[in-house]
Amino acid sequence: MLRSAWWKILSFALLMYTCTMGFLVKIPVLDDRLQQSIRNLYFHVPMWFGMMVLFTVSAIYSIKYLSSGKTIHDNYATEYARTGIVFGVLGLITGSIWANYQWGKPWSGDPKQNGAAIALLIYFAYFILRNSVNEENKSARLGAVYNIFAYAMLFPTIWIMPRLTESLHPGGEGSEGNPALNPKDLDSHMELVMWAAILGWTLLGVWITTLRIRLILYKEKIFSHA
Amino acid sequence: MSYSSKQIVALFKKDVLLETRQQHAFYGLLLYVAATVFIIYLATGEPESEIWNALFWIVQLFAAVNAVAKSFLQDSKGRMLYYYTISGAVNYVLAKLLFNAILMLMISLLTLLIFLLLLGNPLNHFLQFVLISFLGSTGLSFVFTFLAAIAAKAQQQAALMAIMGFPVIVPQLLLLGKISAITFNDVIQAGWWQMVAVLVCLDILIVALAIILFPFLWRD
Repeated sequence: MLRSAWWKILSFALLMYTCTMGFLVKIPVLDDRLQQSIRNLYFHVPMWFGMMVLFTVSAIYSIKYLSSGKTIHDNYATEYARTGIVFGVLGLITGSIWANYQWGKPWSGDPKQNGAAIALLIYFAYFILRNSVNEENKSARLGAVYNIFAYAMLFPTIWIMPRLTESLHPGGEGSEGNPALNPKDLDSHMELVMWAAILGWTLLGVWITTLRIRLILYKEKIFSHA
Repeated sequence: MSYSSKQIVALFKKDVLLETRQQHAFYGLLLYVAATVFIIYLATGEPESEIWNALFWIVQLFAAVNAVAKSFLQDSKGRMLYYYTISGAVNYVLAKLLFNAILMLMISLLTLLIFLLLLGNPLNHFLQFVLISFLGSTGLSFVFTFLAAIAAKAQQQAALMAIMGFPVIVPQLLLLGKISAITFNDVIQAGWWQMVAVLVCLDILIVALAIILFPFLWRD
Protein backbone atom coordinates (compact mmCIF):
# COMPACT_ATOMS: atom_id res chain seq x y z
CA MET A 1 0.00 0.00 0.00
CA LEU A 2 2.79 2.40 0.95
CA ARG A 3 4.55 1.89 -2.37
CA SER A 4 1.55 2.84 -4.48
CA ALA A 5 1.14 6.39 -5.63
CA TRP A 6 -2.53 7.05 -5.10
CA TRP A 7 -2.31 8.26 -1.54
CA LYS A 8 0.49 10.65 -2.41
CA ILE A 9 -1.67 12.13 -5.14
CA LEU A 10 -4.56 12.22 -2.69
CA SER A 11 -2.41 14.03 -0.16
CA PHE A 12 -1.35 16.58 -2.79
CA ALA A 13 -4.93 17.11 -3.93
CA LEU A 14 -6.24 17.45 -0.40
CA LEU A 15 -3.54 19.95 0.51
CA MET A 16 -4.22 21.98 -2.64
CA TYR A 17 -7.87 21.96 -1.63
CA THR A 18 -6.96 22.94 1.93
CA CYS A 19 -4.68 25.78 0.86
CA THR A 20 -7.25 27.26 -1.50
CA MET A 21 -10.55 26.49 0.20
CA GLY A 22 -9.00 27.14 3.59
CA PHE A 23 -8.72 30.77 2.61
CA LEU A 24 -11.89 30.97 0.54
CA VAL A 25 -14.52 29.02 2.47
CA LYS A 26 -17.17 31.18 4.05
CA ILE A 27 -16.81 31.27 7.77
CA PRO A 28 -19.80 31.60 10.03
CA VAL A 29 -20.18 35.02 11.58
CA LEU A 30 -19.36 34.63 15.21
CA ASP A 31 -19.24 37.13 17.99
CA ASP A 32 -15.98 39.01 18.34
CA ARG A 33 -14.02 36.04 19.57
CA LEU A 34 -12.76 34.43 16.43
CA GLN A 35 -12.90 36.29 13.17
CA GLN A 36 -10.87 35.32 10.14
CA SER A 37 -8.25 33.82 12.41
CA ILE A 38 -10.45 30.76 12.69
CA ARG A 39 -8.90 29.70 9.38
CA ASN A 40 -5.90 28.60 11.39
CA LEU A 41 -8.04 25.54 11.99
CA TYR A 42 -6.75 24.23 8.66
CA PHE A 43 -3.09 24.70 9.46
CA HIS A 44 -2.68 24.50 13.22
CA VAL A 45 -5.13 21.83 14.31
CA PRO A 46 -4.09 19.25 11.66
CA MET A 47 -0.52 19.45 12.95
CA TRP A 48 -1.63 17.95 16.26
CA PHE A 49 -3.71 15.28 14.57
CA GLY A 50 -0.71 14.49 12.38
CA MET A 51 1.63 14.45 15.34
CA MET A 52 -0.59 12.06 17.27
CA VAL A 53 -0.91 9.71 14.30
CA LEU A 54 2.83 9.74 13.67
CA PHE A 55 3.70 9.16 17.33
CA THR A 56 1.16 6.34 17.47
CA VAL A 57 2.67 4.66 14.43
CA SER A 58 6.11 5.16 15.96
CA ALA A 59 5.02 3.46 19.19
CA ILE A 60 3.51 0.57 17.24
CA TYR A 61 6.78 0.04 15.38
CA SER A 62 8.66 0.16 18.67
CA ILE A 63 6.45 -2.64 19.96
CA LYS A 64 7.07 -4.52 16.71
CA TYR A 65 10.79 -3.98 17.08
CA LEU A 66 10.80 -5.40 20.60
CA SER A 67 8.91 -8.48 19.50
CA SER A 68 10.78 -9.09 16.24
CA GLY A 69 14.21 -7.52 16.70
CA LYS A 70 14.36 -6.40 13.07
CA THR A 71 16.35 -3.21 12.50
CA ILE A 72 13.90 -2.00 9.88
CA HIS A 73 11.17 -1.69 12.51
CA ASP A 74 13.46 0.44 14.61
CA ASN A 75 14.16 2.67 11.61
CA TYR A 76 10.43 3.09 11.13
CA ALA A 77 9.90 3.98 14.78
CA THR A 78 12.69 6.57 14.80
CA GLU A 79 11.66 8.25 11.59
CA TYR A 80 7.96 8.42 12.49
CA ALA A 81 8.91 9.98 15.83
CA ARG A 82 11.17 12.45 14.01
CA THR A 83 8.44 13.59 11.65
CA GLY A 84 6.05 13.71 14.59
CA ILE A 85 8.38 16.15 16.33
CA VAL A 86 8.52 18.31 13.20
CA PHE A 87 4.72 18.38 13.15
CA GLY A 88 4.63 19.23 16.84
CA VAL A 89 7.07 22.11 16.40
CA LEU A 90 5.06 23.39 13.44
CA GLY A 91 1.93 23.10 15.57
CA LEU A 92 3.53 25.20 18.29
CA ILE A 93 4.70 27.81 15.76
CA THR A 94 1.37 28.08 13.94
CA GLY A 95 -0.37 28.21 17.31
CA SER A 96 1.93 30.96 18.55
CA ILE A 97 1.31 33.08 15.47
CA TRP A 98 -2.42 32.65 15.96
CA ALA A 99 -2.20 33.32 19.69
CA ASN A 100 -0.28 36.51 19.05
CA TYR A 101 -3.37 37.94 17.35
CA GLN A 102 -5.98 36.16 19.38
CA TRP A 103 -4.60 36.27 22.90
CA GLY A 104 -2.21 39.19 22.55
CA LYS A 105 1.03 37.29 22.96
CA PRO A 106 2.56 34.20 21.41
CA TRP A 107 2.92 32.28 24.68
CA SER A 108 0.40 32.64 27.47
CA GLY A 109 1.14 29.49 29.45
CA ASP A 110 -2.13 27.93 28.41
CA PRO A 111 -2.43 24.34 29.73
CA LYS A 112 -2.67 22.98 26.21
CA GLN A 113 0.41 24.94 25.16
CA ASN A 114 2.35 23.71 28.15
CA GLY A 115 1.21 20.14 27.56
CA ALA A 116 2.34 20.26 23.94
CA ALA A 117 5.71 21.71 24.93
CA ILE A 118 6.20 18.94 27.50
CA ALA A 119 5.22 16.32 24.92
CA LEU A 120 7.91 17.65 22.60
CA LEU A 121 10.48 17.61 25.42
CA ILE A 122 9.62 13.96 26.05
CA TYR A 123 10.34 13.14 22.43
CA PHE A 124 13.50 15.26 22.29
CA ALA A 125 14.69 13.18 25.23
CA TYR A 126 14.01 10.09 23.12
CA PHE A 127 16.54 11.23 20.53
CA ILE A 128 19.06 12.26 23.16
CA LEU A 129 18.78 8.82 24.72
CA ARG A 130 19.30 7.15 21.36
CA ASN A 131 22.32 9.25 20.52
CA SER A 132 23.92 8.78 23.91
CA VAL A 133 24.27 5.04 23.39
CA ASN A 134 26.90 3.98 20.91
CA GLU A 135 26.06 0.33 20.41
CA GLU A 136 23.48 0.19 17.66
CA ASN A 137 21.49 -2.73 18.99
CA LYS A 138 21.38 -1.39 22.50
CA SER A 139 20.39 2.09 21.40
CA ALA A 140 17.55 0.62 19.36
CA ARG A 141 16.34 -1.49 22.27
CA LEU A 142 16.55 1.27 24.89
CA GLY A 143 14.98 3.66 22.42
CA ALA A 144 12.07 1.33 21.78
CA VAL A 145 11.44 0.80 25.49
CA TYR A 146 11.55 4.52 26.20
CA ASN A 147 9.41 5.29 23.16
CA ILE A 148 6.60 3.05 24.39
CA PHE A 149 6.87 4.49 27.89
CA ALA A 150 6.92 8.05 26.53
CA TYR A 151 3.88 7.34 24.40
CA ALA A 152 1.96 6.12 27.42
CA MET A 153 2.99 9.24 29.33
CA LEU A 154 1.91 11.40 26.41
CA PHE A 155 -1.73 10.69 27.14
CA PRO A 156 -1.91 12.29 30.56
CA THR A 157 0.25 15.15 29.27
CA ILE A 158 -1.88 16.24 26.35
CA TRP A 159 -5.20 14.47 26.85
CA ILE A 160 -5.96 14.42 30.56
CA MET A 161 -4.08 17.26 32.22
CA PRO A 162 -5.21 20.14 29.97
CA ARG A 163 -8.80 19.05 30.42
CA LEU A 164 -8.65 19.45 34.18
CA THR A 165 -8.13 23.20 33.98
CA GLU A 166 -9.65 26.04 32.05
CA SER A 167 -7.97 26.87 28.79
CA LEU A 168 -7.78 29.92 26.58
CA HIS A 169 -8.27 27.67 23.59
CA PRO A 170 -11.61 27.80 21.81
CA GLY A 171 -13.97 25.49 23.60
CA GLY A 172 -11.90 25.62 26.74
CA GLU A 173 -14.31 27.61 28.85
CA GLY A 174 -15.23 25.88 32.05
CA SER A 175 -13.37 22.83 33.20
CA GLU A 176 -15.41 20.47 31.05
CA GLY A 177 -15.06 19.76 27.37
CA ASN A 178 -12.29 19.63 24.86
CA PRO A 179 -10.06 22.64 25.32
CA ALA A 180 -8.84 22.87 21.75
CA LEU A 181 -11.77 23.01 19.42
CA ASN A 182 -15.25 24.32 19.76
CA PRO A 183 -17.54 22.37 17.45
CA LYS A 184 -20.15 25.06 17.89
CA ASP A 185 -17.92 27.50 15.99
CA LEU A 186 -17.94 25.42 12.82
CA ASP A 187 -20.49 24.86 10.11
CA SER A 188 -20.61 21.88 7.76
CA HIS A 189 -18.46 23.52 5.05
CA MET A 190 -15.75 24.34 7.51
CA GLU A 191 -15.86 20.84 8.89
CA LEU A 192 -15.43 19.36 5.42
CA VAL A 193 -12.32 21.44 4.80
CA MET A 194 -11.06 20.62 8.28
CA TRP A 195 -11.18 16.87 7.70
CA ALA A 196 -9.60 17.30 4.27
CA ALA A 197 -6.82 19.29 5.91
CA ILE A 198 -6.30 16.73 8.66
CA LEU A 199 -6.12 13.84 6.22
CA GLY A 200 -3.94 15.78 3.78
CA TRP A 201 -1.37 16.94 6.33
CA THR A 202 -1.22 13.53 7.99
CA LEU A 203 -0.62 11.80 4.66
CA LEU A 204 2.10 14.36 3.94
CA GLY A 205 3.73 13.41 7.22
CA VAL A 206 3.65 9.73 6.32
CA TRP A 207 5.04 10.56 2.89
CA ILE A 208 7.97 12.52 4.34
CA THR A 209 8.67 9.63 6.71
CA THR A 210 8.67 6.99 3.99
CA LEU A 211 11.12 9.10 1.99
CA ARG A 212 13.42 9.36 4.98
CA ILE A 213 13.24 5.63 5.58
CA ARG A 214 14.10 4.99 1.94
CA LEU A 215 17.08 7.29 2.29
CA ILE A 216 18.28 5.33 5.31
CA LEU A 217 17.88 2.01 3.49
CA TYR A 218 19.86 3.31 0.50
CA LYS A 219 22.60 4.57 2.80
CA GLU A 220 22.81 1.19 4.46
CA LYS A 221 23.05 -0.46 1.07
CA ILE A 222 25.93 1.82 0.11
CA PHE A 223 27.74 1.07 3.36
CA SER A 224 27.31 -2.65 2.98
CA HIS A 225 28.79 -2.53 -0.52
CA ALA A 226 31.63 -0.23 0.40
CA MET B 1 2.81 -17.85 49.20
CA SER B 2 3.49 -18.53 45.58
CA TYR B 3 6.92 -19.13 44.20
CA SER B 4 7.35 -15.80 42.47
CA SER B 5 6.16 -13.73 45.42
CA LYS B 6 8.69 -15.59 47.56
CA GLN B 7 11.36 -14.58 45.09
CA ILE B 8 10.21 -10.98 45.14
CA VAL B 9 10.39 -10.94 48.92
CA ALA B 10 13.86 -12.49 48.83
CA LEU B 11 15.09 -9.91 46.35
CA PHE B 12 13.46 -7.17 48.39
CA LYS B 13 15.17 -8.42 51.54
CA LYS B 14 18.47 -8.37 49.70
CA ASP B 15 17.96 -4.72 48.84
CA VAL B 16 17.07 -3.89 52.44
CA LEU B 17 20.12 -5.76 53.66
CA LEU B 18 22.38 -3.89 51.25
CA GLU B 19 20.84 -0.63 52.37
CA THR B 20 21.30 -1.37 56.07
CA ARG B 21 24.88 -2.49 55.51
CA GLN B 22 25.65 0.75 53.71
CA GLN B 23 23.67 3.18 55.74
CA HIS B 24 25.63 6.20 54.58
CA ALA B 25 23.51 6.32 51.41
CA PHE B 26 20.27 6.54 53.34
CA TYR B 27 21.59 9.06 55.84
CA GLY B 28 23.07 11.03 52.98
CA LEU B 29 19.63 11.23 51.46
CA LEU B 30 18.10 12.39 54.74
CA LEU B 31 20.76 15.06 55.06
CA TYR B 32 20.11 16.09 51.47
CA VAL B 33 16.41 16.58 52.13
CA ALA B 34 16.95 18.28 55.47
CA ALA B 35 19.54 20.65 54.06
CA THR B 36 17.30 21.53 51.12
CA VAL B 37 14.37 22.32 53.36
CA PHE B 38 16.60 24.32 55.67
CA ILE B 39 17.83 26.40 52.73
CA ILE B 40 14.22 27.02 51.76
CA TYR B 41 13.49 28.03 55.33
CA LEU B 42 16.39 30.47 55.38
CA ALA B 43 15.29 31.91 52.05
CA THR B 44 11.57 32.24 52.61
CA GLY B 45 10.70 31.73 56.28
CA GLU B 46 7.13 30.55 56.41
CA PRO B 47 5.81 30.71 52.86
CA GLU B 48 2.19 30.95 51.76
CA SER B 49 0.33 27.72 51.28
CA GLU B 50 0.62 27.69 47.48
CA ILE B 51 4.38 28.11 47.61
CA TRP B 52 4.59 25.62 50.47
CA ASN B 53 2.84 23.09 48.26
CA ALA B 54 5.01 23.77 45.20
CA LEU B 55 8.22 23.57 47.22
CA PHE B 56 7.11 20.35 48.87
CA TRP B 57 6.69 18.61 45.53
CA ILE B 58 9.91 20.00 44.13
CA VAL B 59 11.81 18.68 47.13
CA GLN B 60 10.05 15.33 46.64
CA LEU B 61 11.06 15.31 43.00
CA PHE B 62 14.74 15.88 43.67
CA ALA B 63 14.73 13.47 46.59
CA ALA B 64 13.20 10.83 44.33
CA VAL B 65 15.79 11.36 41.62
CA ASN B 66 18.60 11.02 44.13
CA ALA B 67 17.11 8.12 46.04
CA VAL B 68 16.32 6.02 43.02
CA ALA B 69 19.15 6.88 40.64
CA LYS B 70 21.61 4.42 42.13
CA SER B 71 19.21 1.50 42.39
CA PHE B 72 20.41 -0.34 39.31
CA LEU B 73 24.06 0.54 39.69
CA GLN B 74 24.92 -1.39 42.85
CA ASP B 75 24.70 -4.72 41.14
CA SER B 76 27.54 -5.63 38.85
CA LYS B 77 26.92 -7.17 35.47
CA GLY B 78 27.74 -10.66 36.62
CA ARG B 79 25.46 -10.43 39.62
CA MET B 80 22.63 -9.14 37.42
CA LEU B 81 23.05 -12.21 35.24
CA TYR B 82 22.90 -14.35 38.37
CA TYR B 83 19.63 -12.78 39.50
CA TYR B 84 18.31 -13.11 36.03
CA THR B 85 18.96 -16.84 35.89
CA ILE B 86 17.64 -17.61 39.36
CA SER B 87 14.52 -15.45 39.36
CA GLY B 88 13.78 -13.59 36.14
CA ALA B 89 13.39 -9.98 35.15
CA VAL B 90 9.83 -9.36 36.27
CA ASN B 91 10.44 -10.46 39.85
CA TYR B 92 13.62 -8.45 39.94
CA VAL B 93 11.97 -5.23 38.82
CA LEU B 94 8.98 -5.75 41.10
CA ALA B 95 11.30 -6.11 44.07
CA LYS B 96 13.11 -2.93 43.03
CA LEU B 97 9.82 -1.05 42.62
CA LEU B 98 8.67 -2.20 46.04
CA PHE B 99 11.93 -1.27 47.70
CA ASN B 100 12.11 2.16 46.11
CA ALA B 101 8.48 2.85 46.91
CA ILE B 102 9.04 2.10 50.58
CA LEU B 103 12.24 4.14 50.59
CA MET B 104 10.39 7.09 49.07
CA LEU B 105 7.53 6.69 51.56
CA MET B 106 10.00 7.12 54.39
CA ILE B 107 11.63 10.08 52.69
CA SER B 108 8.31 11.77 52.01
CA LEU B 109 7.17 11.33 55.59
CA LEU B 110 10.41 12.84 56.76
CA THR B 111 10.17 15.71 54.29
CA LEU B 112 6.68 16.41 55.54
CA LEU B 113 7.92 16.42 59.11
CA ILE B 114 10.71 18.88 58.41
CA PHE B 115 8.37 21.02 56.36
CA LEU B 116 5.89 21.18 59.23
CA LEU B 117 8.67 21.92 61.66
CA LEU B 118 10.38 24.69 59.72
CA LEU B 119 7.95 26.08 57.18
CA GLY B 120 4.79 26.10 59.25
CA ASN B 121 1.60 24.12 58.86
CA PRO B 122 -0.87 25.48 56.33
CA LEU B 123 -2.67 22.13 56.05
CA ASN B 124 -6.36 21.94 56.75
CA HIS B 125 -6.81 18.28 55.96
CA PHE B 126 -3.74 16.61 57.33
CA LEU B 127 -4.65 12.99 56.67
CA GLN B 128 -5.66 13.63 53.10
CA PHE B 129 -2.40 15.41 52.46
CA VAL B 130 -0.44 12.51 53.95
CA LEU B 131 -2.36 10.14 51.69
CA ILE B 132 -1.55 12.25 48.64
CA SER B 133 2.09 12.57 49.57
CA PHE B 134 2.29 8.78 49.94
CA LEU B 135 0.61 8.23 46.60
CA GLY B 136 2.78 10.88 45.04
CA SER B 137 6.05 9.58 46.39
CA THR B 138 5.30 6.02 45.28
CA GLY B 139 4.36 7.35 41.84
CA LEU B 140 7.59 9.34 41.62
CA SER B 141 9.61 6.35 42.75
CA PHE B 142 7.95 4.10 40.14
CA VAL B 143 8.68 6.46 37.26
CA PHE B 144 12.25 7.09 38.31
CA THR B 145 12.92 3.42 39.01
CA PHE B 146 11.96 2.61 35.46
CA LEU B 147 13.99 5.49 34.04
CA ALA B 148 16.95 4.53 36.21
CA ALA B 149 16.83 1.09 34.64
CA ILE B 150 17.05 2.67 31.19
CA ALA B 151 19.73 5.13 32.25
CA ALA B 152 21.79 2.38 33.89
CA LYS B 153 21.89 0.59 30.55
CA ALA B 154 22.89 3.77 28.78
CA GLN B 155 25.74 4.33 31.27
CA GLN B 156 25.15 8.07 31.59
CA GLN B 157 23.28 8.17 34.81
CA ALA B 158 22.66 11.60 36.20
CA ALA B 159 22.23 13.66 33.07
CA LEU B 160 19.99 11.16 31.30
CA MET B 161 17.79 10.67 34.35
CA ALA B 162 17.03 14.37 34.40
CA ILE B 163 16.59 14.68 30.66
CA MET B 164 14.22 11.73 30.41
CA GLY B 165 12.59 12.11 33.77
CA PHE B 166 11.60 15.74 34.11
CA PRO B 167 9.34 16.00 31.06
CA VAL B 168 7.80 12.61 31.80
CA ILE B 169 7.08 13.45 35.43
CA VAL B 170 5.52 16.87 34.79
CA PRO B 171 1.91 15.75 34.25
CA GLN B 172 2.06 13.70 37.42
CA LEU B 173 3.57 16.54 39.42
CA LEU B 174 0.96 18.97 38.12
CA LEU B 175 -1.78 16.56 39.08
CA LEU B 176 -0.25 16.04 42.52
CA GLY B 177 0.13 19.77 43.07
CA LYS B 178 -3.47 20.30 42.07
CA ILE B 179 -4.85 17.55 44.27
CA SER B 180 -2.76 18.43 47.28
CA ALA B 181 -3.54 22.14 46.95
CA ILE B 182 -7.16 21.27 47.62
CA THR B 183 -6.25 19.90 51.04
CA PHE B 184 -5.26 23.43 52.05
CA ASN B 185 -8.82 24.63 51.58
CA ASP B 186 -11.48 24.47 54.24
CA VAL B 187 -13.70 22.22 52.19
CA ILE B 188 -12.67 19.36 49.96
CA GLN B 189 -14.31 19.57 46.55
CA ALA B 190 -16.66 16.91 45.27
CA GLY B 191 -14.43 15.80 42.39
CA TRP B 192 -11.41 15.32 44.62
CA TRP B 193 -11.59 11.55 44.94
CA GLN B 194 -11.99 11.31 41.19
CA MET B 195 -8.67 13.05 40.71
CA VAL B 196 -7.08 10.76 43.28
CA ALA B 197 -8.43 7.85 41.25
CA VAL B 198 -6.75 9.27 38.13
CA LEU B 199 -3.50 9.42 40.06
CA VAL B 200 -3.85 5.81 41.22
CA CYS B 201 -4.58 4.73 37.64
CA LEU B 202 -1.46 6.52 36.48
CA ASP B 203 0.62 4.67 39.07
CA ILE B 204 -0.88 1.34 38.03
CA LEU B 205 -0.15 2.16 34.39
CA ILE B 206 3.48 2.86 35.20
CA VAL B 207 3.89 -0.39 37.13
CA ALA B 208 2.23 -2.33 34.30
CA LEU B 209 4.55 -0.72 31.75
CA ALA B 210 7.56 -1.47 33.92
CA ILE B 211 6.56 -5.14 34.15
CA ILE B 212 6.00 -5.41 30.41
CA LEU B 213 9.01 -3.43 29.24
CA PHE B 214 11.71 -4.27 31.78
CA PRO B 215 12.48 -7.76 30.43
CA PHE B 216 13.48 -6.14 27.14
CA LEU B 217 15.92 -3.86 28.92
CA TRP B 218 17.70 -6.80 30.44
CA ARG B 219 18.50 -8.72 27.32
CA ASP B 220 22.13 -8.13 26.52
